Amino acid sequence: MAERDNIVGTSPLRKEGRAKVLGKATYVDDLSLPGMWHGATVRSTIARGRIRAIHFAPEVDWSQYAIVRASDIPGENTIVHLTKDHPCLAAQEVNHPEEPILLLAHREKVALLAGVAGVQIEYDELPCVFTIEESEQAVANNDVERIVWEGSDFGGTANCFKQYLLYSGEASETEDGLAAAFEAADYIVEGEYHTGAQEQLYIEPNGVIAECEKDEQGNVVSVCVQGSMQCPYYLVHALTLVFNLPEEKCRVIQTETGGAFGGKEDFPSVIGSHAALLAMKCGHPVKMVYDRAEDMAATTKRHPSRTRHRTAVSKDGKLLACEIEIALDGGAYATLSPVVLSRATIHAPGPYKWPFVRVRAKAMATNLPPHGAFRGFGAPQSLFALERHMDKVARVVRLTPEELRRRNFLTTGDRTATGQLLNEPVDMQHLLARALEESDYYAKLARFGEENRGSAIKRGMGIAAFMHGSGFTGSGERRLNSVVQVELLPDGRPQVLVSSTEFGQGTNTILCQVAAQTLQIPYEQVVIAQPDTQLVPNSGPTVASRTAMIVGKLVERASTHLLDTLRSESNLPLNHAPEEFTKAALGYLAKHGSLRCSVRYEPVKPVEWNDELFHGDAYPAYAWAVYVAEVAVDLNTYGASVTRFDALQEVGRIMHPVLAKGQIEGGVAQAIGYALYEKCVWKDGRMMNNQMTNYIMPTSADLPAIHVHFEEVPCVHGPSGAKGIGELPMDGPAPAILNAIESATGLSFDTIPLLPEDIFEKVNGFTDTEHGGSGELDPDRLGEFPPEVNA
Amino acid sequence: MKDLVQLTVNGEEHRIEVPPMKRLLDVLREDLHLTGTKEGCGEGECGACAVLMNGELVNSCLIPALQADGTKLCTIEGLSTEGRLHPIQQCFLENGGAQCGICTPGMILATHHLLDKYPAPTLEQIQEGLAGNLCRCTGYMRIFEAVQKTAEAQHAL
Repeated sequence: MAERDNIVGTSPLRKEGRAKVLGKATYVDDLSLPGMWHGATVRSTIARGRIRAIHFAPEVDWSQYAIVRASDIPGENTIVHLTKDHPCLAAQEVNHPEEPILLLAHREKVALLAGVAGVQIEYDELPCVFTIEESEQAVANNDVERIVWEGSDFGGTANCFKQYLLYSGEASETEDGLAAAFEAADYIVEGEYHTGAQEQLYIEPNGVIAECEKDEQGNVVSVCVQGSMQCPYYLVHALTLVFNLPEEKCRVIQTETGGAFGGKEDFPSVIGSHAALLAMKCGHPVKMVYDRAEDMAATTKRHPSRTRHRTAVSKDGKLLACEIEIALDGGAYATLSPVVLSRATIHAPGPYKWPFVRVRAKAMATNLPPHGAFRGFGAPQSLFALERHMDKVARVVRLTPEELRRRNFLTTGDRTATGQLLNEPVDMQHLLARALEESDYYAKLARFGEENRGSAIKRGMGIAAFMHGSGFTGSGERRLNSVVQVELLPDGRPQVLVSSTEFGQGTNTILCQVAAQTLQIPYEQVVIAQPDTQLVPNSGPTVASRTAMIVGKLVERASTHLLDTLRSESNLPLNHAPEEFTKAALGYLAKHGSLRCSVRYEPVKPVEWNDELFHGDAYPAYAWAVYVAEVAVDLNTYGASVTRFDALQEVGRIMHPVLAKGQIEGGVAQAIGYALYEKCVWKDGRMMNNQMTNYIMPTSADLPAIHVHFEEVPCVHGPSGAKGIGELPMDGPAPAILNAIESATGLSFDTIPLLPEDIFEKVNGFTDTEHGGSGELDPDRLGEFPPEVNA
Repeated sequence: MKDLVQLTVNGEEHRIEVPPMKRLLDVLREDLHLTGTKEGCGEGECGACAVLMNGELVNSCLIPALQADGTKLCTIEGLSTEGRLHPIQQCFLENGGAQCGICTPGMILATHHLLDKYPAPTLEQIQEGLAGNLCRCTGYMRIFEAVQKTAEAQHAL
């Protein structure tokens, strides 16, 4: 295609951007339907117990409320994810604080406060487990009272939703190799790393409006839910079970969505089902929009984790073998934990060449609200552990952090820990070299080394090297079997039809760019439909860094199909002008009435994956990155802050430079929050700081300059060579920042979030060695670098 | 109990009967159907509901209707004229300052207030001036750029 036709790679205006800057974009809370009521949820006040009695306060006029209980559910009482353990409404037992028990609707929103307060629930409380360790202990002690989850048809055992065992080769050979490597190793380095829960904190809370149509006998005929969400077809699936209706009777429409980050992947199935049940009960449309406190307390968060590393390494810094053990806290129900765990497992060995690897991973049940999807989806947890551990290994073998990594990076032609052959170009050496150069790494290290002496402000540099797989894992894309369509509108403009949603990342824009470039017409001429399951095909969920690469490729293919049809059937010439496209399109429509081209997912190259052995091609492609953090730790206030951040990545072809930069900067900012600010405080399974006042995300004043750099290496799997980008920036910053803090202070921290009080405790000798702190504080060494760092 | 409250919103005068403690946010959204003003937290932390009241930036979720009586308000709907974007809106659009868009109306009004105060703001002044408006998508970098571009464009006029 001629240069002038290149649209992918430029930065046209965001499709829905004009409406957004005008304040005219319509989010669900901006909508009101005639006769609409409002809904609210009565939630469990305890973590675990049997519901003994429900009392309705006599001073409330209950005749004015619609009340839904578990027994009102016409279909199955379940929010289906991978299995059906998660009830839509608790019937006899509750398993976490804030678990939904009853639903109320009223024509006046203000009346709901009194309604919720007027329901008193009595429980017989049961013993609970609130941490991974307590959950493990219950299993180890065969403490039946504290087995809070039994197993499911999807698998899992007592208190454990899922386990994986990943071997780099055949199991017994790998075990032998591991044993020999640890025997022969010059050093064995062990470490334990912890990460906390993190709230997605989209600025628009979860919300929906539901309608329900009944026949004359009062049976539900159809339901329709519109609202803030990532995956309309997930909600369709949930509704089919709750209402026992066929798919085509469960319509779901995504409204403009004010941020999601994974927090609106699985949760809309809950609030969507609830609102639809209330609409069924009261006979009116029902709006449910959570307030911030309810959203934070009751909806999903990032899984807390504990990761243990044991590494065999030679004295010249060659990694010989690793044993990694990952445990995630899944909360009270399985939800998406098995899939999050899968990504955590596959990313755990990172971008390194390991002769022998064993990863054991498990997701444990606790009596916390279920943890769920959040940008990165398991990878930030295991990569935090790995990249902190690599610095520890480097220290032990007396190499600089960058040199240790340099000696062990995967490269083109190597196999990953799952045995995947890297047959597309991978150049971590170059990424590292360039990242160090862009961040002025060596000059700064030397300067800080000088300046730190005699200063209470200790400054340092840290790096993290990592990758993130694009698309669903293994055979996942094959199972999703996504469909994309491109059609002609009556005025001759092409319209892209996908269920892939826009929630800030730029889905609308990049997919229209792909269609425009393929159809050789201006970007402005392409339209994208609002995701409405009655109108758009299932192009899969908007998750897993899959939209640009997988759905983008499908849009490219559907557009090619449409173009070919116009060329062969409507005399569209080669190298057509935009007007010629419109003319051919109108000509085709006049003759045939309509044109809609549909394509279904086909892998660009065969993807071989064995689910049983957890071996093979884990992802069609990976994005690769090296990040560098520069930090300052103030030993007067014990506050650590990031003073500059350099993010270098290879994400294939950049489709839209402005959006791509925005994705990386936004991800880095969230990850800085993950590392240094955002702490969920739990008490008896309940989040205690469920407000923006006391759950602290970074403000504009907290963030450093974030410098984004791209290496562009086109990838065969995506349209015009693009790969996934959305989750990658969440993975690297936290370990890079803690590595930099160690470079600045000599203090080794292995738990995030790392708050000033944690630094205070370590400096003043209250080290919590249980949480992986090295405990080897030498106040004289504060701010000094080991000699090899400056070599 | 309702009180008569008089508001001038985006140049238009309104007299409405509302409960005196009704939040200005709800008055704007429910009574005046100006839904460009968003609710993010309801406790004055996120700035999604920010509007200009007599030229000052306020969180409308913290202002009772009675307190707004007699004031002049500017919401996001009042910035553009006849469909033409205000330069701040244009620069947010061009520089990627809006991603999911939910913080955007408040952020744009905070920018308006900032540029009134500092027509050529330093980066620190921008960081400080927008610190009451949370954005979870952008990491703020595109927003800073949008503000700087607006200032440059206005300076060039």
